[in-house]
Amino acid sequence: MKILVAISNVPDTTTKIQFTDGDTKFNGQGVTYVINPYDEWYALVRALELKEANLAEKVTLIHVGLADSEATIRKGLSLGADDAVRINTDGPDAFFVAEQIANYAKANSYELVLVGKETINYNGSSVGAIIAGLLDQPFVSLATKLEVAGNKITAEHEIDGGAQVVECDLPLVISCAKGMAEQRIPNMRGIMAARTKPLQVVEASNNNSLTTIKSYALNPGRTTCKMISEDNVDELVSLLHTEAKVI
Amino acid sequence: MSVLVYTEVSKGRVKKSSLECINYAANIAKQIGGSVTAIINNADASHCEEMGKAGATKILSVKNDSIKNDSMLITAMVEQAAKAEGSKVILFAFDVTGKAAAPRLSAKLNAGLVAGAIDFPVVNGSSFEVKKNVFSGKANATYVIHSDIKIISLLPNSFPVQLNGSAVAASDFNVDLSSVQSKIVVKEVKSNSGGGSIPLPEAELVVSAGRGLKGPENWKIVEDLATSLGATTACSRPVADMHWRPHHEHVGQTGVAIRPNLYIAIGISGAIQHLAGVNGSKTIVVINNDKEAPFFKSADYGIIGDAFTVLPKLTEAIKKFKSSQN
Ligand SMILES: Cc1cc2nc3c(=O)[nH]c(=O)nc-3n(C[C@H](O)[C@H](O)[C@H](O)COP(=O)(O)OP(=O)(O)OC[C@H]3O[C@@H](n4cnc5c(N)ncnc54)[C@H](O)[C@@H]3O)c2cc1C
Ligand SMILES: Nc1ncnc2c1ncn2[C@@H]1O[C@H](COP(=O)(O)O)[C@@H](O)[C@H]1O
Repeated sequence: MKILVAISNVPDTTTKIQFTDGDTKFNGQGVTYVINPYDEWYALVRALELKEANLAEKVTLIHVGLADSEATIRKGLSLGADDAVRINTDGPDAFFVAEQIANYAKANSYELVLVGKETINYNGSSVGAIIAGLLDQPFVSLATKLEVAGNKITAEHEIDGGAQVVECDLPLVISCAKGMAEQRIPNMRGIMAARTKPLQVVEASNNNSLTTIKSYALNPGRTTCKMISEDNVDELVSLLHTEAKVI
Repeated sequence: MSVLVYTEVSKGRVKKSSLECINYAANIAKQIGGSVTAIINNADASHCEEMGKAGATKILSVKNDSIKNDSMLITAMVEQAAKAEGSKVILFAFDVTGKAAAPRLSAKLNAGLVAGAIDFPVVNGSSFEVKKNVFSGKANATYVIHSDIKIISLLPNSFPVQLNGSAVAASDFNVDLSSVQSKIVVKEVKSNSGGGSIPLPEAELVVSAGRGLKGPENWKIVEDLATSLGATTACSRPVADMHWRPHHEHVGQTGVAIRPNLYIAIGISGAIQHLAGVNGSKTIVVINNDKEAPFFKSADYGIIGDAFTVLPKLTEAIKKFKSSQN
């Protein structure tokens, strides 16, 4: 069984968000990029664990993006992925990204595609389900546990108001959330090995976009915090009622 | 032309997020001159009445026990309804189901999707402009949907539900699932033991605590405050990681993102990854014994003090207030 792990390249969680070009573009200047935490900590690490347990033959990373994300891809290789492919295009939306990944997975017969729960920049939680839809494969969303036995997976995943354990035959797509695996730190050997692992660059298979972003705006922060003495909690209750009108 | 809304019953009631979607659809229908059709599985007459009040003008009632939480089957059901109704605009809530079904439908119909809308769309000829949060709530982006069929999933709690429509009778809708082979076999269902409280993503009042509480044995004062308010409890990530609280209570960037009317944060420092999941809350109250805690910069009201003395006092004050209201 071969696993394809979709990794996204995102600004580090502590990044100060700014826009340029009349608020039509994210300002990436001076920003540190990382592998999207869900993709790295959960999807990739679980894929590597399955390979280490001889339950998968190969773990391939796929990223849809331009050459400036190669450092992020190498980081994924240094954690232990076997090889990587970059689809060389700056995808306009989740549908476009998903279509590239679905096409590659199909053409190269990957039986399991793992994605993260969501990207921390666009927060769409969409790419995985679109890939599954395009491939007409089942989709397990927000998985917190994943086991593989031969041609079958068992996963636990979040549902409305709880969780459920499901079984499914390969092939399928799974989105990975907290609980799946623990974060790993690459070691020196991994970092050295990553330099020479194959990173294939493929051109995009088409270029249609169904949505585009017209503009961005920062959400207004809170201006002032009203401080209340701990000896006067009644005042807080009264403010919550009369001023904030939330109770 | 009808705007189609996927709606759900949960714990015996139409989900609040579903009613929000019907309201949202009514706004779109008004802008484009259409009607609102809601599709629901296993609903009764009282559910349909509530959906009518929220603005549905037609209700497609499905009776199918096999659909449950399977996004493949839900997608097929909504796809068939969209075809039958000729719908060009389809709505879901941006919740666990909507996150799995809306994108899948977008693949099936080649329809542009905005996942997590926070405001009504601006209709601009044949395209829609829809706002959603990006960068974990630090910013928002205006998306333009160009495709003929448009799918929007609405972020729960984005605005209050209006119930000023009138009841409509439901019509039966038969879904043909013979062509969709679901390969997912459910082995076990576990429900979150929330003591009957409202699930976090839908809660309007949330009381949340962090490492400042020192240990799981101290959560009684947090629960007491939550009970006095009728609030749902939440926690910071380290608290869930140390198993002081169940994982589903973890809010923030890597946990659940919420936007209640009131978020009370106790003994939580206010790390940026925590804020990412809660800064959409309408009002934030921070209780912390360190006046330099970063959370005060993102709060509306703050109390500098020891949680162990402030919480019991606050709980009493809330109880006093509640009894004065009756
Ligand atoms: C990629 C990434 C993702 C992350 N995702 C999340 C996430 O989703 N959610 C999340 O919460 N964190 C997340 N974190 C962790 C985050 O950075 C913080 O470490 C975490 O939020 C801190 O939790 P805390 O505020 O409970 O604990 P601390 O930072 O230890 O803060 C405890 C607070 O309690 C106060 N305190 C102590 N004693 C008392 C008392 N007696 N009374 C009142 N106050 C008291 C202290 O002054 C302090 O401010 C993430 C980190 C990373 C790197
Ligand atoms: N540009 C990309 N390249 C590869 N994978 C991606 C890309 N964007 C998103 N993904 C994957 O899809 C998941 C969900 O992304 P999103 O739908 O944007 O929240 C991410 O966690 C990644 O696993």
